Amino acid sequence: MSAVFRYLPLVLLAAGWELAARSGAVSQLAMPPLSQVVLAWVEMVRSGELIANGASSLWRAGAGLALAILVGAALGIAMAWWRPVNAALGPLVEMFYPMPKSALIPVTVLWLGFGDGSKILLIFLGCMLPVTIGAFNGARGSDQALVWSARSMGASRLRMLWDVVVPSALPEMLNGIRTALALAFILLVSAELIVARDGLGYLIGYLGANGTYDAMFAVVLTVAFLGFAADRAYQALMQRLLLWRE
Amino acid sequence: MQDRNVGSGGAQIVVEGVSHLYSPPTGRPVLALEDVSIEVGPREFLALLGPSGCGKSTLLYLIGGFLPIETGRILLEGQPIAGPGPDRGIVFQHFALFPWKTVRANVLYGLEKMGLPREQRQRRAQSFIDLVGLTGFEDSYPSQLSGGMKQRTAIARTLAIDPKILLMDEPFGALDAQTRHLMQSELLAIWRKSPKTVIFVTHDVQEAVYLADRVAVMTARPGRIKTIVDIALDKSDANIAKSRAYIDTVDEIWGLVRDEAIKAQEARVSP
Repeated sequence: MSAVFRYLPLVLLAAGWELAARSGAVSQLAMPPLSQVVLAWVEMVRSGELIANGASSLWRAGAGLALAILVGAALGIAMAWWRPVNAALGPLVEMFYPMPKSALIPVTVLWLGFGDGSKILLIFLGCMLPVTIGAFNGARGSDQALVWSARSMGASRLRMLWDVVVPSALPEMLNGIRTALALAFILLVSAELIVARDGLGYLIGYLGANGTYDAMFAVVLTVAFLGFAADRAYQALMQRLLLWRE
Repeated sequence: MQDRNVGSGGAQIVVEGVSHLYSPPTGRPVLALEDVSIEVGPREFLALLGPSGCGKSTLLYLIGGFLPIETGRILLEGQPIAGPGPDRGIVFQHFALFPWKTVRANVLYGLEKMGLPREQRQRRAQSFIDLVGLTGFEDSYPSQLSGGMKQRTAIARTLAIDPKILLMDEPFGALDAQTRHLMQSELLAIWRKSPKTVIFVTHDVQEAVYLADRVAVMTARPGRIKTIVDIALDKSDANIAKSRAYIDTVDEIWGLVRDEAIKAQEARVSP
């Protein structure tokens, strides 16, 4: 029951959309009725167009994000634990962090071309720093007594890093990854809109240019839903990983 | 009153002329310890007593091998200390449990590092969980436990690896009075069953007299050993805290600590 109420605004929005388009209050060219968009969506799923482009988009986002998490976490923890690493990389991270990563779209294309490589590199570069900073702050906050406890029970320095510093960094790192997840979708769609031969972003641009607006809206809604679903799934995962906190 | 302090051959731990300069991230370096010398015999229960900030924890961390020894030397069974090791187990005031591990996993941690076979590890962990009275809480996370239960877990975790020396850094300082009393008598009972060398840092005179064989009274910063008092009390007496001898000893030591506590207070008001 409460779930129904919770999503009531969404239902009202959908009904309002349909009504506005059907009544002619809004031009159907600017906004096709929702029912028509849904039909276009079903058609695109049936033809395989949406699945194929979706799969290639998800592969790019997934690979870029996975790289960003692996490298970003390792970098953040290394910076927190070894002063020379921090001295060498700290200023770079600070300078690069606020830069709008979409500016790198032409650069990555120049380097790696129109295919998957340039998107994966862009997402990797754009998503890495929030993970790095989360891991860095989390690792910095590791309790000295925990570090000493592990060492006194026979853990080597490196082992202690894995046993104590990494889990200590986890909560902040997971928050950084959540930011990275949202960024991954933004960068993916922008890059595909600008230079790509497939993918959901490409599809939106292509359908828009062709004037097939119902299909274009269908893809926009698909992207919105994917972003929402990914964030929800991620939150559930985070909750499981942090079960040990009260 | 000051006998075993020097030259008693059979010492397990020898601290010789140790000074320690503490450099905080901001501000001037502080001399935390100045020319500290003390010997600790095998299976002795020594309390390091002093006002807060007197460097008694620093001395403990130096013996633990957590801090570098800058001046003087510390020998453990004749060998200079080089880093932390499982021969010296430590228990901290704020428990230092791995919050992402359950009670059982915390106790298992050191046993895994020892390389014990799986089944033996499990059995040993369980026996120490039982020893500290946490049977039934094996799968709880530290965040689900009370302060006393957390410290029991930490003690079980440390005892499980069977260190020769137990370093305790105000282990009951964060507990409420009732729990503290309970834990003190349980620690004594455990220690009597399997005596280990214990170095116990505290600022609580009664706790020091109740638990220790000897009490080393430290001065306010910079920390020096002011005097060492032998405690000649029958620790198997359940009503020891009510005995004349206990009350007199507490009075005597309190007299020694009082001046230092006042000095420490003044130092804080006007640095």
